[in-house]
Amino acid sequence: MKKIIALILALTMVFALAACGKKAEPEATPEPTFPFDNDSTPFDVSTLTSDDVKNVKVGFIFLHDETSTYDLNFMNAAKQACENCGVEYVIKTNVPEGQECYDKAAELVDAGCTVVFADSFGHESFMIQAAKEFPDVQFCHATGTQAHSAGLPNFHNAFATIFEGRYLGGVAAGMKLNQMIEEGKITADQAKIGYIGAYPYAEVKSGYTSFFLGARSVCPSATMEVTFTNSWFSPDLEKEAAIKLIDRGCVLLSEHADSMGAPTECESKGIPFVFYNGSAAADCPNTFIIASRINWVTFMEVMIGRVAKGETLNADWTGTLANGAVEMTELNENVAAPGTAEKLEEVKAALIAGTTKVFDTSTFTVGGKPVTTYQADVNDLGTFTPDTESIVGGEFAESVFRSAPSFDIDIDGITNIDA
Amino acid sequence: MNNKTRTPLFHVARRAALPWYKSWAIRGGAVLLALLVCGLITTLVTGEDPIAVYAAMWAGSFGTSRRIWVLLQNIAMLLCVSLAVTPAFRMRCWNLGGEGQALIGCLASAACMILLSGKLSNGLVILCMIVTSILAGAVWAGIPAFFKAKYNTNETLFTLMMNYVATQLVAYFCVVWENPKGSGQIGIINPNSQIGWFPVIAGQKYLLNILVVAVVCVAMHIYLNYSKHGYEIAVVGESERTARYVGIKVERVIVRTMLLSGALCGLAGLLLVGSTNHTLTPTLVEGRGFTAVMVAWLAKFNPVWMILTSLLLVFLSRGAGEIATNFGLNSSFGDILTGVILFFIIGSEFFINYQIKLTKGAGKEK
Repeated sequence: MKKIIALILALTMVFALAACGKKAEPEATPEPTFPFDNDSTPFDVSTLTSDDVKNVKVGFIFLHDETSTYDLNFMNAAKQACENCGVEYVIKTNVPEGQECYDKAAELVDAGCTVVFADSFGHESFMIQAAKEFPDVQFCHATGTQAHSAGLPNFHNAFATIFEGRYLGGVAAGMKLNQMIEEGKITADQAKIGYIGAYPYAEVKSGYTSFFLGARSVCPSATMEVTFTNSWFSPDLEKEAAIKLIDRGCVLLSEHADSMGAPTECESKGIPFVFYNGSAAADCPNTFIIASRINWVTFMEVMIGRVAKGETLNADWTGTLANGAVEMTELNENVAAPGTAEKLEEVKAALIAGTTKVFDTSTFTVGGKPVTTYQADVNDLGTFTPDTESIVGGEFAESVFRSAPSFDIDIDGITNIDA
Repeated sequence: MNNKTRTPLFHVARRAALPWYKSWAIRGGAVLLALLVCGLITTLVTGEDPIAVYAAMWAGSFGTSRRIWVLLQNIAMLLCVSLAVTPAFRMRCWNLGGEGQALIGCLASAACMILLSGKLSNGLVILCMIVTSILAGAVWAGIPAFFKAKYNTNETLFTLMMNYVATQLVAYFCVVWENPKGSGQIGIINPNSQIGWFPVIAGQKYLLNILVVAVVCVAMHIYLNYSKHGYEIAVVGESERTARYVGIKVERVIVRTMLLSGALCGLAGLLLVGSTNHTLTPTLVEGRGFTAVMVAWLAKFNPVWMILTSLLLVFLSRGAGEIATNFGLNSSFGDILTGVILFFIIGSEFFINYQIKLTKGAGKEK
């Protein structure tokens, strides 16, 4: 026993000595200012010459491999964008959200990459670490929140106004609910939607709220129940969540998680659903209605094109319905209500024109009252302090200040069944 | 008696101990054979040139100086957990809880970094991390050890179950300390103040871990082979009754050895959080607690040989990843190759311990 204690003590002393070598006082971080720098201009790849791209090499870091619908969407986009631009690229798959992300980023730089892109939310801190070390290389990160406040000229966030796509998905869902009511399968009060979310934070909340608002815009009696799996990719948990929601009387499902767990359950029980990331029509021909997805080719072309031309990238870049980054998959006419395609075209045009706004404050209430002012946590400093007034001109200014969503209001009509 | 007894073509007999060079020649032969089979599978299944696949495998570990550092770091961390479980294994106490014991050490370190930053000086935070994570690992191993010593519970199952408890605890605290809210992720802890980050030695961020584990490795070698404790462990491992007969307090040895085992796992957790990752996730230990079992077994619980076996396993897994990247193959293909190689290596032990003798006059009727 004495020897174990002696061993522990000895180790302790080694570390304590090592620790003394370092300054005890942390460096004072300068009080930063955060200019919002959010752009959504696409890039015309036809302007690229072979001279422009000859020194560009792109490295991609993906959380899973092609078995995840989320990563597959990125992988396809990466290949396509690199082909469109005519640049070399390297793909690293199954990179966890830890130090290995930094190691892989550094390896990609060693391999001559001038742009490094990572696709998962948890990669962000490790990409920032790499960006600090390699100032000559551009680091781009999808879905992240810290670029505009990190103060690094070579670190950038990208996202898309996927809430517009989810709103359209919601419209298709609402049409389906109306059809079910008309056919007498359910009463208007039973028009309850179930939604499977990954984690209860802004990205997911913004998504399910926009989906719900879309559905309620055509089916006023719609309500929604939300449950969370606390995982981005878990076929089992997503399937269980689907069973739970269906048992609670939900007649239509949608989700924001990355596996096929819920769709296959919906198909076996005949519950129509709206999907995300890509079409599930092949596996679920009798229940899949439509899916929204982000077409990352648009951003990746911006990223590659601007680097090739020696132009700077903004801190944030936001894809939209208008610039082609937010897309709907083909509508499954076998399941969708009649007239859905026409209605979607109409709403899409209205969204692009700005005559319909997804987070229009006149369409939702909190505690029975309309929202007139709301401070959202836009500057991500790890303190969760609401810092930016986000109700602007009668709507919640989503993905305006930064690309990642910041809408995290719990509105009436949506019940979190885990709470 | 039936005089038509058939004699089998060959029979298996136990070998006398082989000289070391012969046993290593058999192992080397097994590795070569494994590589040959892997090459065959690769060409048949994917149509890739097997030589290019091996080159990629090699490059995955030794391609650049950064990769060599990462390789050494991974060897160090795997070796640390392997060294930790070894004393218990020598005692024939199957501690399969290395994963959880290391993870709980990670949790303790991360807790100190998060809760004490700004309250204590950097040096004191690091001191707290060291003490708490080593203690946490020891406690996590001490609980099953206590029940084994007191009630003779099955330590294999008990330690295995403790892994899941640790994983769930960490998952819980990932939500408690999440950043941003609701995301279930902690991200890098104290990214600007760097409180609780271990110092970087000579500009190499992995050097500290490598040095610490090298010291632990030498210490463990001495402890197991030249100390009274080490002898007690060996005797208990051979026969508990003999140990009792010669006056060794078996229960005490079990608890003491498991505490040491857990403490070293806690140290591995400490290094993972304080020195390299600076974050906490339920998968931070990356299965090393289980891989360590293989490392220790392959090296016959010899701390110095374990350097080689952990090198082999890390090399294989990094090579597998590189193959997947270079040839656009699913990462499962790399795992298949790793499986083939391990099959041959483990299989070679059979030929070291046993020999196959052709029976004289086989096939003829007597």
